[in-house]
Amino acid sequence: MNLNQWLKRNTFHHSQFRDIPELIEAKEKLGLTVSLCIPTLNEEKTIGKEIVIFRSELMQRYPLLDEIAVIDSGSSDKTLEVASSFGADTYLASEILPGLPNKRGKGENLWKAIHQLKGDIIVYIDADIKNIHPRFVYGLVAPLIHRPEIKYVKAFYDRPLAFSQGIRPSGGGRVTEILIRPLFSLFFPELTAIVQPLSGEYAVRREVLEQIPFPIGYGVETSHLIDVYTLYDLHAFAQTDLDQRVHRNQPTRSLGKMAFGILQTFLKRAQKLGIIDGLPEVSTILRQFQAHEEEFEMIEHTIVEEERPPMNTIEAYLEKRKVLGAGGRRTSAKQGGASRGTSSKGAAKKGTAKNGDA
Amino acid sequence: MNRDLSRLIDELPDFQEKARGLSEILLSNLVMLSEIPAPTFGEDRRMAFLTERFNEYELLNCSTDEAGNALGIIPGAVGNRNILVVAHLDTIFSEEIDHTVTIEPNTVSGAGIGDDSLGLAAIATLPIVLKHLQIEPNANIVLMGSARSLGRGDLEGIRFFLKNRGIPIDTGICVEGVKLGRLSASSIGMLRAEMEYAVPEEYDWTRFGASGAILSLNDAINRILEIPLPRRPQTSIVLNRLESGAAFNTIPRQAELQLEIRSESGELVRKLGEQIQDIGAEISSKTGSEVTFTVLARREPGGIPFAHPLASTARDILKALGVRPRISPSTSELSAFIDHGIPAVTIGLTEGENHSSPEERLEIAPIFVGIAQLLGLLRAIDGGLTSES
Repeated sequence: MNLNQWLKRNTFHHSQFRDIPELIEAKEKLGLTVSLCIPTLNEEKTIGKEIVIFRSELMQRYPLLDEIAVIDSGSSDKTLEVASSFGADTYLASEILPGLPNKRGKGENLWKAIHQLKGDIIVYIDADIKNIHPRFVYGLVAPLIHRPEIKYVKAFYDRPLAFSQGIRPSGGGRVTEILIRPLFSLFFPELTAIVQPLSGEYAVRREVLEQIPFPIGYGVETSHLIDVYTLYDLHAFAQTDLDQRVHRNQPTRSLGKMAFGILQTFLKRAQKLGIIDGLPEVSTILRQFQAHEEEFEMIEHTIVEEERPPMNTIEAYLEKRKVLGAGGRRTSAKQGGASRGTSSKGAAKKGTAKNGDA
Repeated sequence: MNRDLSRLIDELPDFQEKARGLSEILLSNLVMLSEIPAPTFGEDRRMAFLTERFNEYELLNCSTDEAGNALGIIPGAVGNRNILVVAHLDTIFSEEIDHTVTIEPNTVSGAGIGDDSLGLAAIATLPIVLKHLQIEPNANIVLMGSARSLGRGDLEGIRFFLKNRGIPIDTGICVEGVKLGRLSASSIGMLRAEMEYAVPEEYDWTRFGASGAILSLNDAINRILEIPLPRRPQTSIVLNRLESGAAFNTIPRQAELQLEIRSESGELVRKLGEQIQDIGAEISSKTGSEVTFTVLARREPGGIPFAHPLASTARDILKALGVRPRISPSTSELSAFIDHGIPAVTIGLTEGENHSSPEERLEIAPIFVGIAQLLGLLRAIDGGLTSES
């Protein structure tokens, strides 16, 4: 495939979709529903603003979103209380599909969202974005509404604070440029067209999400790209420039852990696809150093990239979808859920009742 | 209290409750407006956002003007009178300051959030609030985000609008974020100026005052502080900002002071301004440094009397909402209304802390009392309860 052609046709800027009423009209014509999932772990500082902005702008003012849900890994701060107080549906990941053994990680929350949320399209937005804006949702959802052949839309961020005229470098963060881009260049050259493969914001059709396995940790974004590419090819992807994303910067040592997890996921897939042969069983211990004056100490981190199977292999999910049926797509997400109130497990959801008439 | 006002006051709890039901829309407007940097003379993007909101609500005459104001009109059922509701677009913060807003369950914080992003957010949300409450005013309500208000802007936006307005304005309401209970119906006399000392390049450093411009300015400040001020009319001289020097081992060639003279007497403000200018010149003549005295803004004292129905109604509404009115003069947009002889008041919407700092924090719950106050006042003005006749 001509990558430049793909870049031209399937790379968007959020400003192309600013006409939200038009977008909603198209969405309604197609009978689509859209769910927003915000995976969280200790995000009390930023979650309130995300919920307020999305509920006000994309539910009350313009009904682009049918559902906003926070799926939490077990925060020790007030993430769930804050999210609930501003009207989001809140869930503990461990309470969704309780029959399965409990696992903890962002990928677990994303995977369980497929079961819990009702939308035909699920858009995932990280909770640590300081400059949150409705464009983070409509910029990702719009290509799926306007172009039926697109199945997976990834965010990228390219708004330099200052540059002189001419060519400037553009791309992802440190792990992307040092690890992912070289790996993709070696083994999946077409995937290098994705500007920021590790961005945590993307919108995906349910029919795709339910077919792919989910690493529960660092490798989830990388595995998505490889698996969706293997299932469909690059035509299924699009990417949208959302300008700038202000968030916490991670120290290099944390990025080392991330890279370790991603490599495990990558190697697993490369072997499964027959790209790499004869790999020995890989270690799951990452070693890093710290120094006390003249002495060096080795720190060992055990990082195991476990995976959840495709959701369409889970009996409870298939049952739920059967019950919902084709017409059930428009029913409440309350069914079969483990939604939480502000104080007690299983209490009635607060968020869904708070609709203004604006 | 007249009978009509007591009926209006009975409605206030309902206003407050229904405004609370629209909290997400108000907070969302507050976040999005606050996160757009808008230093004075750089308010374009806030203006565009506000105008876009007015357009979305299909207000009449959604427009911007030469001064950079954002305008929209909620048409009245009768439309024979016009009420101008205004908040300023600009903030004291530069583009470089982090404008991120944080929302917690009870508070919202960020740079410029109370001055005056909340006032603007209230204006941006007002059409929805009125619709939600099914309030259909008889008078036209003109909504305005005014540009170039602060500092060197010297109320340029509102002054431009009032000078060149195509429609008569009967009454004005200036909406400020903080503090709830604040009520201004009069303006004091004010002069805002900048005094700058500069030591010429060829200065003889063996002469007296060789410590550079800081010493000259220090002398001037000492002299300014010696000026006797009367108790009546109430008068004050406030030294607002100092800037000078670069590092050790570098003689400061420039020193700058920004100050404000405030008084109930316009004449006294003028006299004190001249006196400070003379002090500057005298010290300059002794030290050989050059002084410039630049007047940045002036306000004339004036306003409506304490007993004016607009002022007394505003007080009654606050009391009915359980808020103690804090009467104080203002030097903000209100002054422009006063200059044009238009009855107007300035109100505040909520409680807050760290005012004028990038970490300013506002309480969310009182905002809805503030909105109820604004709605009550609009209803009273619209119902003719605040007219002198």
